[in-house]
Amino acid sequence: MNGLALWLRYARASLAGQVRYRGAFLMQMAGHLATTLLGFAAIWVLFHRFGTVRGWTVGQVALFYGLVNIEFALTETIGYGFERFGDDFLRAGAFDRLLLRPRWTVLQLLGHQFRLRPLARLAQGAAVLALGLGMTPVRPLLFTAPMMLWTVAGGIAFFLGVLVGQAALSFRTIESLEVVNVLTYGGVEAGQYPFDLDARWFRRLMTCVIPLGAVTYEPMLAILGRSPHPMAATLAPTAGFAFLAIMLLYWQAAVRRHASTGS
Amino acid sequence: MPSSPARIVVEDLCKSYRVAASPPGGRRGLAGWLPARRSWRTIAALRGVAFTIEPGTITGLIGPNGAGKSTLIKILSGILRPDSGRVTVGGLVPWAQRLRHVARIGVVFGQRSQLWWDLPVDDGFALLRDIYRVPPALYRTRRARLVETLRLADFLDQPVRQLSLGQRMRAELAAALLHAPPLLILDEPTIGLDAPSKLAIRAFIRDLNRQDGTTILLTTHDMHDIEALAERVIVIGHGRVLADSPFETLRATTLSGRRLIATFDGPAPAIALPAGVSRLPAADRVLALDFDPARIGAADLLRLLAPPGTPAGTAAPADVTITRPSIEDVISRFYERHASTP
Repeated sequence: MNGLALWLRYARASLAGQVRYRGAFLMQMAGHLATTLLGFAAIWVLFHRFGTVRGWTVGQVALFYGLVNIEFALTETIGYGFERFGDDFLRAGAFDRLLLRPRWTVLQLLGHQFRLRPLARLAQGAAVLALGLGMTPVRPLLFTAPMMLWTVAGGIAFFLGVLVGQAALSFRTIESLEVVNVLTYGGVEAGQYPFDLDARWFRRLMTCVIPLGAVTYEPMLAILGRSPHPMAATLAPTAGFAFLAIMLLYWQAAVRRHASTGS
Repeated sequence: MPSSPARIVVEDLCKSYRVAASPPGGRRGLAGWLPARRSWRTIAALRGVAFTIEPGTITGLIGPNGAGKSTLIKILSGILRPDSGRVTVGGLVPWAQRLRHVARIGVVFGQRSQLWWDLPVDDGFALLRDIYRVPPALYRTRRARLVETLRLADFLDQPVRQLSLGQRMRAELAAALLHAPPLLILDEPTIGLDAPSKLAIRAFIRDLNRQDGTTILLTTHDMHDIEALAERVIVIGHGRVLADSPFETLRATTLSGRRLIATFDGPAPAIALPAGVSRLPAADRVLALDFDPARIGAADLLRLLAPPGTPAGTAAPADVTITRPSIEDVISRFYERHASTP
């Protein structure tokens, strides 16, 4: 059985486990939906009052908001094993179990838990994105649809890279790494608004160092037909994959080091 | 159905850990993993371990906690990389060729589950089939046999977390054997089990070795496991091999002694000790003797304590127990013997 098929097997097994607690699952979904909807309501009120903010309409902001939430929700669904790695695997001693199985650790962690909970964020992100598309003129569908998929793929790669990096860092410290939430939850918060509403240093940091802008702001400019460099903006999501690749190399090095120290 | 012989060769194996000796309540959080002025001390877990294990044998690995057993098991399992020395298992270097190596071994940790806590046992098995790429036909026969011999049928559909410890250990054994590994490594497989469960596990391990020719390496603190299973015993202490011999030899040299403990109603009498008997320090009313049954029989020794003609209830002991030395005694005896030659 190849890696992808095995991952699907893991996902099926994990879903079967979660369905056992249907009541708790539905309650959680409702709670998450309410929280994220309130967030968007706040922006809505803001724009309703002022119409546009620095040239951005509420429909355009909805596109950014919807996109980054879809990206992060899908990442949370598959990346939970990495998110919980320090606590659930390393400190619990369960990482040895992964090493005893003849499969790549990354594949096993991706298959650790296929979570349904982020579906609330996903549904809400998709709804807001659809709303934004209805309110805002974008490039023709033939460009917009594949570009959107490509951007979401790059976004998943980026956020997954953050989680992989977080997991690799947890080999080095027994403290939990809430500081990384700056990149995950903070990244989602930052990506929900057009970047030129932010300070220039922050924009630089978020585009060049941490390629969040490359999987949210830049490609969305291309979709809106507002990008000064359409070609570069179209290719921008590649940066998400490059970021993931670097984090995976870091992960491999951390696992190798772990085998030497045993701690 | 072993796919390849599992000859284990270990040569001059060394492993030490660096342990941070940071003051309690010291730097925490971000500062904790910056390259700061941390003081480290080195603990040598293995100091030149060497042995060879032939395919199809059962070897017991014993030693006190902290002796280096776990480190050795981890290295043989491919989880840990040693500092120096050579290891091959069936021709593979465990840590360097980990993916190929772990596909050919089964490992059971008595204290740690390998199964999926929330999944029914059978679903976990199916997942392992796909992880280990076991061909469906082989999986069916293998699973059917393990379910029968380990008596798993009653709880195959239960989530692992609902199983009793005895049931769980049987499921763990099956899970480690679904891919028919030629080598099975067992780390304290009977810990915490009740007597019937222990017997069942031992019988299964013995049959597995005899019928399939599976090579078995087990660690345990239970001397009965060793007696029931191991043809050969390797004693580890202070990171070294203290003894490596057939079990019968070990029994003859180290386990031959017996200990007699007699409790009296009044002060224990002073008796003249015959050859092969030594008295141990004990409470006033207790007489503790180590003796060598080859030189004096237990019955003879008992007659010494209460010679015929002693009026009942005066000098005769109120209670007598005869034990063999515990495994801890054996190990500490090895320590005494080896402490002078570091």
